[in-house]
Amino acid sequence: MKPEELLFAQTHEWAHIADDVATIGISKNAVEALTDLVYMDLPAAGTAVKAGESFGEVESVKATSELYSPVDGEIVEVNTSLPDNLDVLNEDPYGQGWIIKIKMSNQDAVEKLLDFAAYEKQCDESH
Amino acid sequence: MAVDQLLKTPLNKTPLYQWHVDQNGRMVDFAGWSMPVQYSSIIDEHHQTRRSIGMFDVSHMGRLYFSGADVDKFLDRLTTRRVAGVQCGKIRYSLMTNDAGGILDDVLVYHLPDANGAPFHMMVVNASNRQKIVDWIGSNIGDSGIELEDRTSSTAMIAVQGPAANQAVAQLSETAPDSLAYYTGTTTNVCGAEAILTRTGYTGEDGCEIICEAEHAQKIWSDVFEIAQSVDGGASGLAARDTLRLEAGMPLYGHELSESINPAQTDLKFAIQMKDREFVGRSAILSARKDKTLPVRVGLKLEGRRAARQDCAVLIDDKKIGTVSSGTYSPTLETSISMAYVDPDKSEIGTEVIIDIRGKSHPATIVEVPFYKRT
Repeated sequence: MKPEELLFAQTHEWAHIADDVATIGISKNAVEALTDLVYMDLPAAGTAVKAGESFGEVESVKATSELYSPVDGEIVEVNTSLPDNLDVLNEDPYGQGWIIKIKMSNQDAVEKLLDFAAYEKQCDESH
Repeated sequence: MAVDQLLKTPLNKTPLYQWHVDQNGRMVDFAGWSMPVQYSSIIDEHHQTRRSIGMFDVSHMGRLYFSGADVDKFLDRLTTRRVAGVQCGKIRYSLMTNDAGGILDDVLVYHLPDANGAPFHMMVVNASNRQKIVDWIGSNIGDSGIELEDRTSSTAMIAVQGPAANQAVAQLSETAPDSLAYYTGTTTNVCGAEAILTRTGYTGEDGCEIICEAEHAQKIWSDVFEIAQSVDGGASGLAARDTLRLEAGMPLYGHELSESINPAQTDLKFAIQMKDREFVGRSAILSARKDKTLPVRVGLKLEGRRAARQDCAVLIDDKKIGTVSSGTYSPTLETSISMAYVDPDKSEIGTEVIIDIRGKSHPATIVEVPFYKRT
């Protein structure tokens, strides 16, 4: 997927919205900032998530970072092969590097997400 | 208006600060110094040190120079290891303790010849403890006539570490690092400038460290860097320095060492010499050695790649037996490693434990330290 087709949370997760299912990952900027990813802890399918709340964590050599859900709903699918192959996040963060799929219970949080241009602007400003 | 920002003390900068920034170093506040935590990948910066050369700007560490009569005897009263009467040219790793046996810092005490061959004493201390140690030594000086000069800001310190390090520096130095025995040093000439060269380091690799006047630091750094690059080496940041020292089983102040830890607990027997000498903290170390309830330092190898961090609980059968002091993913061993303080009766090599990492249980085994030994 192209990043222009995605929506972004300020906390660097992306969401691809197709009807009531959101596919979630983390942005290329986030992957580059973390560097040296070594571990990812993911929830099981069936877990309920809330926008802005942690659903897992990703760890680099230096630090641990929470993964925040950009939307409300229930996890319906988890990319279980990802933790053993974190290089995928470097190679294809917006495609094969997807992390979870969420069946949304509502779309309230979606309108608060940023488009790619606005997200890039936020990243530039924080430098 | 952001008044807080105006009131904040600006960070100290080493003479190599601009070089780090120009090389896209990620600069962080480390003990009041703006230091590069990494330039690109921590894992690459780690491997280059194990395989070729890693260069570290360690100018933030405190460099204290002493003058006066019987400096060695004065310092000997403040160090857990004998430094009195040590031959000129030698360097001793030691702890400094207070009366209660609490560790104030871990330091290197140097007895080296200057450019004219005259012996002098200096000490390298942790950046985070520099002021404390300057004050502590000051409060002990009394009428000894000893003078202490803190030359941290006017000098620089560069660590060149790895299997190709000494060869690289030999091309630029009047004295070849290989001609120095391990933990010895001398005053020599590096890149045309007077410098102290020592065969020391904090990575578990062979290598050397160079101390020079601040104005010569950039030239020496750039010249070593050019050679390092030609053999797939380069600059490494503080993050790689931490993963390297952890693999080498070396303690870090604020983690394995602190004022609430007694040297007897640290498994650093070589740095504690009790026989026929008196020093501040000695009796407290003696009592701690007899106390068989104090937690002791061990190494832990975890299953998987998730790192345990400082303060994670170490458990056996849901009962806490210790606490992690540092942990990381080990790039060399490709697994997670930690150091911890655990109950002495649970500290045997091979003991299986559980580490609680943010609420999840991770199996681990107590193993020999160091985790990594160069061949």
